[in-house]
Amino acid sequence: MPENTSTEKEKPRIGVFICHCGSNIGGFVDVKAVTEYASTLPDVAYATDNLYTCAEDGLNNIKETIKEHNLDRIIVASCTPRTHAPLFQRTCEAAGVNKYMFTFVNLREHCSWVHMKEKEKATQKAKDLVRMGVARARFLEPQEETRVDVTPTALVVGGGVSGMTAALSLANMGFPVHLVEKDKELGGFVRSLHALMMTTKSANETIRPLIDKVNAHKNITQHLSSHVASVEGFIGNYDVSIGGDGAEPKEVKVGTIIVATGAVPLVPDGLFGYKEHPGIITSSEFEELCNKKELPRLKSVAFIQCAGARGQKVSYCSRICCNVAIKSAIHIAENRDNILGVTEEKAAEAGEAVEEPAAEKKAEEEGSERRRRRRGRGRQAEDGAGEEGAAPSSGVEVTVFNRDVMAYGVENELEFNKAREKRVKFVRYGPDNLPKVSVKDGKLEVGYFHETLKMERTMPVDMVILSTPLVAQPDAATLSQLLKVPLGQDGFFQEAHVKLRPVDFATDGVYVCGACRGPADIAESVSQAAGAASRASIPLANGFVQAEALTSVVDETKCTGCGTCVEVCPYSALRKNDEGISEVIAAACKGCGCCGATCPEGAITMTHYTDQQLLAEAKAALEEV
Amino acid sequence: MVERSEAEQDQPSYNPRIVAFCCNWCSYAGADLAGTTRVQYPPNVRIVRVMCSGRVDPAFVLKAFTLGADGVIIAGCHPSDCHYINGNEKTATRGDFLSEFLEEAGIESQRFRVEWIAGSEGQKFAEVIRGMVSDLEMLGPVAQEVA
Ligand SMILES: Cc1cc2nc3c(=O)[nH]c(=O)nc-3n(C[C@H](O)[C@H](O)[C@H](O)COP(=O)(O)OP(=O)(O)OC[C@H]3O[C@@H](n4cnc5c(N)ncnc54)[C@H](O)[C@@H]3O)c2cc1C
Ligand code: SF4
Ligand code: SF4
Ligand code: FES
Repeated sequence: MPENTSTEKEKPRIGVFICHCGSNIGGFVDVKAVTEYASTLPDVAYATDNLYTCAEDGLNNIKETIKEHNLDRIIVASCTPRTHAPLFQRTCEAAGVNKYMFTFVNLREHCSWVHMKEKEKATQKAKDLVRMGVARARFLEPQEETRVDVTPTALVVGGGVSGMTAALSLANMGFPVHLVEKDKELGGFVRSLHALMMTTKSANETIRPLIDKVNAHKNITQHLSSHVASVEGFIGNYDVSIGGDGAEPKEVKVGTIIVATGAVPLVPDGLFGYKEHPGIITSSEFEELCNKKELPRLKSVAFIQCAGARGQKVSYCSRICCNVAIKSAIHIAENRDNILGVTEEKAAEAGEAVEEPAAEKKAEEEGSERRRRRRGRGRQAEDGAGEEGAAPSSGVEVTVFNRDVMAYGVENELEFNKAREKRVKFVRYGPDNLPKVSVKDGKLEVGYFHETLKMERTMPVDMVILSTPLVAQPDAATLSQLLKVPLGQDGFFQEAHVKLRPVDFATDGVYVCGACRGPADIAESVSQAAGAASRASIPLANGFVQAEALTSVVDETKCTGCGTCVEVCPYSALRKNDEGISEVIAAACKGCGCCGATCPEGAITMTHYTDQQLLAEAKAALEEV
Repeated sequence: MVERSEAEQDQPSYNPRIVAFCCNWCSYAGADLAGTTRVQYPPNVRIVRVMCSGRVDPAFVLKAFTLGADGVIIAGCHPSDCHYINGNEKTATRGDFLSEFLEEAGIESQRFRVEWIAGSEGQKFAEVIRGMVSDLEMLGPVAQEVA
């Protein structure tokens, strides 16, 4: 171990400031004795004690002493670094000492407060801790924080409601946006939907204005029928190549990237007789039939919830499908030909205008629903017997076979109540007793186990609608690899932190929103998109990113290019250069040190937490005194 | 409670020395909380702060034993709580490897621990230290000969 660095270079001049913290430390540790001891340690040029080091006069004392004694590194032995380190670092900088030449020793949380009844031992420990700090300080080196300029342009991948919302937000903030959509049109999955829940506007009416705004915005460059072909670089400086149908790839430079590639409904091959009868369809196909005005007249319809979800083809609950089923069930029960487009002539002339009276009616209904809600939840159990305000019974039987209804949130719950009022039946099934769809003499029937009667029942139906879960885009893995951001176990993009960073990826500069990070309805997608745009705008607005100088540094003469570090890094902050040697993207490195601890060649140094510094500390901890 | 072993009565002055590598975000914060809440524990531990438990090279642990540590702890965030996503997974893997390696070298398993201590677990930090001190007092100093 090269212990002599300090003597070869200019000899370090360490200043040690030991704090009484009133009596918090001083009451349980002999601070004077520790200070005296500190002044005997190697390279300590000055040691003193203060009543409150963090107070104005304490800070001034540090600044003055630095000048007076020509100190080049500072130790404050007081409380936890997690609170005051930035304060003391600023003080050092103000006196011309690089902030990385500062070391904290924790005498309060880690000593005086936990050894309150053994002053002698606490004092001995305090001396050891100061000795450890000095040992570390001797090997400190000044660091420059990397500051990287940011190209103030964003890339949004996916032109659904999420991507469009994100692109518009950024464009409205004044940033140029490249919007890449693999389809030949914007709009995403919502374009193929018919009616939406909780609004009388059709899906098309809802999404159209958003598409128009995107089309009209001068800051948004659209790349339709296109995909991201390659991505190089890091936060602030991505070189992205956008490939189109047969066209020459376009090269763009962007500072931040938002992933909004949505999801697709599961195709329930082999489940519930799907494809065995034209009357067995998925909820997405139901929407399409409505859109095309091809829905046949129905007398009895069964929805089967969780078709393929929760332990069948996928393990999770897709959240939105119950609400989607409730929406469609209400529309069927209301027998609103105009919405469902049952007959062609009617649909052609009625169009959207017919929906107006529906809107009024809806307002009325909502009022009565609220009244009912106030009356209490008791009636929920009554399985939706119609009451005043409910639409006249249409004569269509609608049954929703479910494991449990996930009508989360106030609005969805209201819709759920409304469905019950429309006499939609909700029949539970257990995971071991899935409903059976069969075809008898060309007619559909659903067999199920009645949980209360504990009996097998059959129900003839005209149509079975399978509520299949949203699943990840089949090509999500490709994009995940290009951007070096993770997919969770279900194949959806995985955010940095479920609770605290829901729209960030762990990798700086890349963000996520909408159904590509898990099933979400439109309102949720829009809020996430607004959030992601806001997060992505921060580096763009700042114009630069500055990283703490806690990073890894690869010694290219030692690196053999084994690639271990590249694999280990959680932030994709390491890559191999043209010579096959590892290199660090300082702006992306978070300084965790995982690579440093793994490199078999010892080729990686962690700045400010070097092996040398850490081992010097450990050694000092174990010295016999 | 520290049980007084015979070994310890023979050498009343034996003061085991523990080096604990604590990650900045959880376990160091846990140790801070022990302080803030005035939980008392024996003064045998010396904490070396690292940003992530994943920073701890197995060589550091071996070196600490070479330098005379009676016990070494690597403490990090609970699984899936690592501030750097999954640094602690690497710690867990290395921990398994280290335990085996040390065992083979005749260093008792109680002398090396990987612990997950959250920022809210001041009490747990204190318990870990108490537990290890009592284990080490039973064991006595590291034997020179491999049994
Ligand atoms: C049957 C059904 C009914 C629904 N009904 C309702 C409802 O009534 N109300 C409601 O709020 N929500 C409803 N939803 C949910 C709604 O569809 C979603 O909330 C919404 O589509 C999410 O928008 P998005 O932009 O995140 O994803 P999408 O709408 O899926 O858009 C993603 C876009 O990204 C594009 N893309 C994908 N991969 C790439 C790539 N690699 N490169 C470039 N572009 C790519 C896709 O082509 C698509 O245009 C329903 C969903 C289903 C399945
Ligand atoms: S682990 Fe070390 S030797 Fe291997 S590529 Fe990374 S720096 Fe080079
Ligand atoms: S220190 Fe951590 S973030 Fe930086 S390159 Fe190494 S593993 Fe990646
Ligand atoms: S930050 Fe605590 S273990 Fe990684």
